Amino acid sequence: MNPDIILLGHGSGGKLSHQLLDDIIIPALSGVAPEQQNDAAVLPAVDGELAFTTDSYVVDPIFFPGGNIGDLAVNGTVNDLAMAGAEPVAISVGLILEEGLAITELRKVLESMRQAADAAGVKIVTGDTKVVPRGKGDKIFINTAGIGRIPAGRKIGGNAAKPGDKVLINGAIGDHGMAVLASREGLELNSDIETDSAALNDLVEALFTACGEDLHVLRDPTRGGVATTLREIAGQSRVDITLDETALPIHESVRGACAILGLDPLFVANEGKLLAIVTADRAEPALQAMRRHPAGGEAAIIGEVSAVSSGRVLMRTTIGGLRAIEMLAGEQLPRIC
Amino acid sequence: MNELNLTTAWRDPEVARGLLARIERTVAGYRGEMTLMEVCGTHTMAIYQHGIRALLPETIRLISGPGCPVCVTPVDYVDHAVALVRRPDTIITTFGDMVRVPGSSSSLLHEQARGAQIRIVYSPLDAVALAARNPDKQVVFLGVGFETTTPTVAGAILVAEKQGLTNFSVLGSHKTMPAPMAALTNDPELQVDGYICPAHVSTIIGVNAYRPLVEQCRVPCVVTGFEPLDMLRGIEMLARQVVEGRAEVENEYSRVVKPDGNPKARRILETVFEPCDATWRGIGTIPGSGLKIRTEYADYNAIRKLPVSVEKPVEHTGCQCGEILKGKVRPGDCPLFRTACTPENPVGACMVSSEGTCAAEYKYGNIS
Repeated sequence: MNPDIILLGHGSGGKLSHQLLDDIIIPALSGVAPEQQNDAAVLPAVDGELAFTTDSYVVDPIFFPGGNIGDLAVNGTVNDLAMAGAEPVAISVGLILEEGLAITELRKVLESMRQAADAAGVKIVTGDTKVVPRGKGDKIFINTAGIGRIPAGRKIGGNAAKPGDKVLINGAIGDHGMAVLASREGLELNSDIETDSAALNDLVEALFTACGEDLHVLRDPTRGGVATTLREIAGQSRVDITLDETALPIHESVRGACAILGLDPLFVANEGKLLAIVTADRAEPALQAMRRHPAGGEAAIIGEVSAVSSGRVLMRTTIGGLRAIEMLAGEQLPRIC
Repeated sequence: MNELNLTTAWRDPEVARGLLARIERTVAGYRGEMTLMEVCGTHTMAIYQHGIRALLPETIRLISGPGCPVCVTPVDYVDHAVALVRRPDTIITTFGDMVRVPGSSSSLLHEQARGAQIRIVYSPLDAVALAARNPDKQVVFLGVGFETTTPTVAGAILVAEKQGLTNFSVLGSHKTMPAPMAALTNDPELQVDGYICPAHVSTIIGVNAYRPLVEQCRVPCVVTGFEPLDMLRGIEMLARQVVEGRAEVENEYSRVVKPDGNPKARRILETVFEPCDATWRGIGTIPGSGLKIRTEYADYNAIRKLPVSVEKPVEHTGCQCGEILKGKVRPGDCPLFRTACTPENPVGACMVSSEGTCAAEYKYGNIS
């Protein structure tokens, strides 16, 4: 009889390991036939520069409204590649499973990974699975790494923001962090907030088409949120960035939940958002390109690069005041991705 | 209608401009400066968060008082919590900010890194539930706060009693309003012309609780909400009282705060707690300004139930938290601010708490 939970033996390298790989993991993720399996994936040569990234996912709980750790892990790495201007080519998946994890839960996570990879047009080409004793992990941890191809002529980076540039975001802020938080035990927030987890590589292509070289910076505001990401950009580019509070797209449910818990949505994680900094004259075309895209319906121009300085982020508040935005000292919400 | 939309309705820029113009008109012709003090950490944050200070005429000076419960908690309380959590059978439960407050030689965060059991909870009832799940452990809740949270602590004790739990207790440092406001009004070094009275606390104690203060000290008081338009309206009402030479209690936040507050919450509070003298960091001991657990509920009082030896308290030299809590010193005037004292490495509680004046100035104030 096949066990219905993960056992230590599934990580032994023996018979149970092979069963887990051949019956569940490989069919779900890549579908590579056993006779074609080797120690490493071999990829075709590509022209030009490569982008390479890795990220680990430890979100708690592993299932939350609108997604789970599986699609998060694929989208996160696809987006890290996209933010470097790269078209994702291939990703790897490392699974660390806790003894006792229900096989049905593992299947659900793997299915989500496959669906997310298909949606992003990227192949899962290699992977690894380990099992740790009960209590030494937390259900499932996932590492993904990815390789992408950067088309010739793309020059973007956190140090490329210039005074006068506009700051855009492709939609509402803080959904992912609050969706995860609302689904944690002990917090009875009856909310309809869902994660925004999504692959952004196609949206990035649309932005390059709309802006070309006038697209200066791309970043996804994940951990630390929009505020932290903009602080990083302001520091790298040695500019001030001033946000307009009235322009920030924030769902009322997120605003309310943040108000109750004393959190600032600007610091809450997103998993399907990007910040784009473009020249002022390309801001409107970039905005239209975002809004035409399924991942950018609520896009907005939220601020501008205001001056050359040491790297501050300021906010013009709703009532016309001005305040600074600093990085958080500690984590506002631990284990959100 | 989604009731959460209310937050947006109270941030309307047009109405804000109108209120600011009204404030200008109210203080036009007033000679000198008027000092208005807020005594609620959430107000402190709101003033910074919305950039209110710079929008007001120069006549009005806003200062922050002892309104952050974490900040006014004396250092020996942290030392006591540290001593408790070093007991091998004890789990400390607390609202988030307390774990980072430095004690004399350690903090709860340091103890946690060394293996102590500390859980952040959002409600004292979560601590009761934790005690029920861990019958072999002593679960202690850190009861720090004003009347806003104390009824929930009282409720938790009553629930624990009903469930027959013998392993739940509270280390209390509960404080009340408006006792420190009277102390500050009578401080000859400080000239407070009016108080922005706390919103949440007032939902419990009610508008009438400020009447003795107003009558004895002749100081204007306005109970004010937290949204930016609330703040501007409250400031305008206070400024008008000062200009007209009145001293009354007014209620800007009448959509929530009632004259008599919440009698049911107070009844629960009074069942479990009774008034006591309390030490306020930076201010000293104020008679009748605290709440302690009644002897009938001594089984739920960690001080009585779990005796520990607590180190001798040492205040950090150079830290100006005490003066800041009285509104005498601004964060920027403290030699440690932004240098030795930062949110990553806080020296005083005012930098730790998300409602502390130094944390607010650090987080939002760097705009010039």
